[in-house]
Amino acid sequence: MQDLLNIFVKSIFIDNMIFAYFLGMCSYLAVSKKVSTALGLGAAVIFVLTITVPANYLLQNYVLSEGALTWISPEFAEVDLSFLSFILFIAVIASMVQLVEMTVEKYAPALYGALGIFLPLIAVNCAILGGSLFMQERNYASISEATVFGLGSGIGWLLAIVAIAAIREKIQYSNVPAPLKGLGITFIITGLMGIAFMSFLGIKL
Amino acid sequence: MKALHNYIEEKIKPSFEEGGKLHKYWPVYDGFYTFLFVPAHPVESGAHVRDGIDLKRTMNTVIMALIPALLFGMWNVGYQHYNAIGEDAGFWMQFGFGAWKVLPIVIVSYAAGLGAEFLFCVIKGHQINEGYLVSGMLIPLIMPVDIPLWMVAVSAIFAVVIGKEVFGGTGMNIFNPALIARAFAFFAYPTYMSGDKVWINTAGGAVDGFSGATILGELATSGTTHYSPLEAFIGMIPGSIGETSVIAILIGAGLLIFTGIGSWKIMLSGLVGGATMGIIFNLVAPYAITPSQQAFMAVPFWQQLIFGGFAFGVVFMATDPVSGSQTETGKWIYGFLIGFLAIMIRVFNPAYPEGVMLAILFMNTMAPLIDHYVVEANIKKRQKRLALKTASA
Repeated sequence: MQDLLNIFVKSIFIDNMIFAYFLGMCSYLAVSKKVSTALGLGAAVIFVLTITVPANYLLQNYVLSEGALTWISPEFAEVDLSFLSFILFIAVIASMVQLVEMTVEKYAPALYGALGIFLPLIAVNCAILGGSLFMQERNYASISEATVFGLGSGIGWLLAIVAIAAIREKIQYSNVPAPLKGLGITFIITGLMGIAFMSFLGIKL
Repeated sequence: MKALHNYIEEKIKPSFEEGGKLHKYWPVYDGFYTFLFVPAHPVESGAHVRDGIDLKRTMNTVIMALIPALLFGMWNVGYQHYNAIGEDAGFWMQFGFGAWKVLPIVIVSYAAGLGAEFLFCVIKGHQINEGYLVSGMLIPLIMPVDIPLWMVAVSAIFAVVIGKEVFGGTGMNIFNPALIARAFAFFAYPTYMSGDKVWINTAGGAVDGFSGATILGELATSGTTHYSPLEAFIGMIPGSIGETSVIAILIGAGLLIFTGIGSWKIMLSGLVGGATMGIIFNLVAPYAITPSQQAFMAVPFWQQLIFGGFAFGVVFMATDPVSGSQTETGKWIYGFLIGFLAIMIRVFNPAYPEGVMLAILFMNTMAPLIDHYVVEANIKKRQKRLALKTASA
């Protein structure tokens, strides 16, 4: 139980996808102009991460890693399919994103319009694939740990994009020098936010 | 005064006016002129005067509130120095030594920061704002005394340019510029900003068994400190120049609250937040893993509030009206989380013995979000009220 809580807090704050690894920057920079849209995309990312990380965990442990296929027959003990992990992870992610897209289109057409191309692009969002690859690299002990990690990473990403969306709404009224307007100032803000998030760096849980 | 005024009007002003050869530098002239005299230019848009307060007076009040901390800091620098080298010295010798060490930092901070600011004003052609007067005073107060002057200059310029001018100048920044300066120096030159060598000037050789660690440094490594809470309250401890004396800070806080310039809501909720985290740590201390952390957590919660930069940060940094939360409800949440996070980072994170700086920076990032949701909630509440009214009518 305590392990799960640790992984949860760690994945939100300390290993924040945006500020610790700078993953998923494209949609983070592009869809952060309004808080409501950012919130919608963040929720979609949480959903996709929470589903795909455990799904890929099962894939990893029962199909891909060395000796994972022994549950079919002991003859497969030598088989190592990890070279397929990128392709299979992406396939799982893409199908999940398709599911999200259909749901959003049906139940929240306004949000669907606002997110535009960035909703299907979650499929190639580095934070999502990053989540699955971190899961593989960190060898989580159980599927519940993997789920909590996915959920926490998603929440951390949502927190980051919502915070910067609020800041960008606020600086609409600022007299930003012309060359820095738009993306330029957003990069600077992201960097400064990264400094603020360093407060959590190095905490051992 | 009259003669000076005439002299400026006749000799100096023309060359800065339209067509004069120094017209490019009008903002610089204007900035200095309005220090001395009330400007004669009329209001350009609708004015709704409730009080003669303007940005200059606001900033001057904050600087006055900082003076006790600055003076005490000067004396404390000298006191710690003579203590460390084991010499007896009178009050004036201590104060003089401190002033000799501190004033150059103040001057460099102002010169570098204002230089960068003037340059931007001249290029962009907007008026010089007084925002940097406070930041320029805060930066020396949160630096260790032994920091090389060029680092102060680089940090001050970084704070003005990246922390403020890229957002459009005073009043538009997201982060507190003084904290940006400190965070910059902290991450760029860690050996000069932390550890136990930088807080006291030991030129001339320290006595045997001397330790220059701050209270929080001692607590983080061993869980105990050899300073008493009373010493920490008065401020006779090593630390950043202005942060040590809680008494001097309280005088400043009183002035800020009395004039209504600092938000008492942020200060109070910051204190409550810090105390809450302190009490939680006191309660869970027996479950801590290492003995030193256990001892650190068991430090009574009220002592956590007087150690380190907590008081200084909550009174002078968190209450920055630009980078802080701007809605009244938001201020309670903002202040509370600053106190809460500051104590949490300080105890939990071995990398940073002082958590206040990063806690405030973190809440600076979150303040617009808090405001956004406070405003949203208010809109919802009013819509509900309106719906009720129209339904009953």
